[in-house]
Amino acid sequence: MSFFARFAQNRGALIGLIILLLIIAMAILAPLLFPESPWRMVQRPFLPPLSQDGFPLGTDTMGRNVASGLMHGAWVSLLIGLVSTSVALLIGVPLGAIAGYYGGIIDDILMRFTEFFQTIPNFALAIVLVAIMQPSITSIVLAIAIVSWPPVARFVRAEFMSLRHREYVEAARLVGQSNTTIILRQILPNTLSPIIVLASLMVATAILLESALSFLGLGDPNVMSWGYMIGAARTVIRQAWWLSFFPGVAILLTVLALNLVGEGLDDALNHKLSRER
Amino acid sequence: MNEASTETVLSIRDLNIALPKGADRALAVEDVSYEVKRGEIMCVVGESGSGKSMAANAVMGLLPKGVHATQGEILFEGQDLLALSEKQHRALRGLKIGMIFQEPMTALNPLMRVGAQIAEVFEAHGQLTPKERQARALELLIEVGIPQPEKAIRAYPFELSGGQRQRVMIAMALALEPVLLIADEPTTALDVTTQAQILELIRDLQQRRGMAVMFITHDFGVVAEIANRVCVMRHGKIVELGDAKPVLENPQNAYTQALIAAIPSNAVPPHRETSQVAPLLEIKQLSKVFRSRGGWLKPSREVHALDDVSLTLARGETVGIVGESGSGKSTLGRCVVRLEHPDSGELLLDGVNLSQLKGDALRRERHRVQMIFQDPYASLNPRTKVGMAIAQGPIANGTPKATALKQAGELLDMVGLGASAVERFPHEFSGGQRQRIGIARALALNPELIVADEAVSALDVSIQAQVLELLEELKQRLSLSLLFITHDLRVAAHICDRIVVMQHGRIVEQGSAEQIFLAPQEAYTQDLLKAIPGREAPVAATA
Repeated sequence: MSFFARFAQNRGALIGLIILLLIIAMAILAPLLFPESPWRMVQRPFLPPLSQDGFPLGTDTMGRNVASGLMHGAWVSLLIGLVSTSVALLIGVPLGAIAGYYGGIIDDILMRFTEFFQTIPNFALAIVLVAIMQPSITSIVLAIAIVSWPPVARFVRAEFMSLRHREYVEAARLVGQSNTTIILRQILPNTLSPIIVLASLMVATAILLESALSFLGLGDPNVMSWGYMIGAARTVIRQAWWLSFFPGVAILLTVLALNLVGEGLDDALNHKLSRER
Repeated sequence: MNEASTETVLSIRDLNIALPKGADRALAVEDVSYEVKRGEIMCVVGESGSGKSMAANAVMGLLPKGVHATQGEILFEGQDLLALSEKQHRALRGLKIGMIFQEPMTALNPLMRVGAQIAEVFEAHGQLTPKERQARALELLIEVGIPQPEKAIRAYPFELSGGQRQRVMIAMALALEPVLLIADEPTTALDVTTQAQILELIRDLQQRRGMAVMFITHDFGVVAEIANRVCVMRHGKIVELGDAKPVLENPQNAYTQALIAAIPSNAVPPHRETSQVAPLLEIKQLSKVFRSRGGWLKPSREVHALDDVSLTLARGETVGIVGESGSGKSTLGRCVVRLEHPDSGELLLDGVNLSQLKGDALRRERHRVQMIFQDPYASLNPRTKVGMAIAQGPIANGTPKATALKQAGELLDMVGLGASAVERFPHEFSGGQRQRIGIARALALNPELIVADEAVSALDVSIQAQVLELLEELKQRLSLSLLFITHDLRVAAHICDRIVVMQHGRIVEQGSAEQIFLAPQEAYTQDLLKAIPGREAPVAATA
């Protein structure tokens, strides 16, 4: 059975994938459908959804197009989710791999360092980091990456610890392979599938973190994001429900889709492993 | 053996058990009929995948999900077990039918005292008062011959040895005096001497209580030791069924003949000339102590895995290291290939002291000693193609990739898999084939010495014989030197020139294979030899 066929066996995962593809399409089509900046005030404020052509989701407190903001925001959310997850993996995977493979004092040092980050609440640390570095896409991505790598490191370390005594790893040591080769060629490929699953869930968490930061007004002032839209609409939630409702649904669907895809990946990849033993 | 009576306890008739779709065959068990009578031991023998355990699981109502009987009946005291509801089945289990499993560690609850676990059997069937249950538990422990039963009843499973745990399992199975005892490979996980004791115990209890025993095993030695009647299975079908003696002495079916012939022969190996050249490997006073880190309140523990071990191995010689679990034989092998660092002593390979090397210097010398691992499933990286798995050694030592892959093909040809195997993944191969890949990998670096750590223990007997034959042939052709580590004296006798017997990290006795088998000097060696199952029983002449 092909990889996709196994993935598609999980119906939820298939739905998640379709939602995700739609959101990606939104992000790509945004500049084509709404070439104007989402920040431009184009109509009178508080226009309800479907009340006027060209404004299917209405306008916000300043008369900006909500549909345009939603689509441009998709791009920002996905970008921040993907980039910050990649950065977190780049920090967490090597640290975990080294700690798990070598063990002993190296492991102790790296794990104490990891715990240092884990003792501070994620969100508080992210707020502090963004506030210090000035809000911008880069600083937000970095802040999210810095607060989300420790679980990756711990996870990879645990995988390496259980795999490093496998007989095939010992066989590789015996034929004289260097430690670097063993880490990269023997152990890492066998930890890849759980890492992929973990990463898909981390993208979802990163999107939530970004939204929360923007909600607090710590988003990049130059880009429209879902979190900012909700944050800006919170004072008028009783007069104009659509301002916070649509971005909220967008976040909900994206995070749900990523979780479903992650679960489907888990099924598909683990099936392969059980067959291979 | 006692006279088997004629009263049938269990009768299986035309049983078919279907496997779920996508399995390697449609029926796990096909047209199987056999009977177990009161007071007899019925051995069901077969290799892995023969369906030998399936019928027993059906009797117990413990068939795995998706697997069910499609035809036939299982009559137990006139009742068709297949027609019973889960509740009715549960009432029978333990009460009328007892069962012993292969792995005594996982079959016992690790957090419950032994006495409580036995008492639980009575509780499940609502019998006796708590006080009486404890008393019965103690009686049972005495009956199964546990040393210090008053202490054992309060012990947790991890405080007991493997053999003692199996005795507890037997005590639980016997608690309600079942009419039928099903034993599924009960001695496979045990050492030979313990295995001999447990077999003795089962036979003894069976005779004393007049039970019927259904004994499932893969080992014809065990069959010879214990069986009244034998049922040989292959691919889910019965190939031979009859009284033990005629089947063992004069097997009619070709497969049974092959299985019996494949048992590493009990015959003493012929005397082999050992060349008196300078030794290739000299081990001098090697010691290794494992220490567990102690805590604030817990003292650290020390285990002397190797204690002053000295031996030599000549070029072209095969030396067998034999011992039970915990004897330090594997630690010795791992020290020789330097997966473990010995605490003291010398390891001289052709005059070079391997025990002192570290880091890059060690890595450069590694190619001289290679290892064949025990578990053919764990020893190959599931994501590396077979060719690459073999070639990675030469590549790490500087051979260009193309040349190394070509050599890998030649090696695969040599171990009988064909060069086309290079492009395939390990999961496409069976256990025996994987072990051949492991051998090819060990040969890839042209090592001077190969350490084989229980290299054939995980394989079925017929496959075991083939792999041993391959090793023997390669040894002749490439004049290899082998350090062959095994718990199985029969295997050691088959392939080794000299045998070293180890116990508790020390060498008990060493000598030529002939000497060890015919004139063992030490009591421990004699015990080991005596414990080999089926050694005295008549077994058909080996081919």
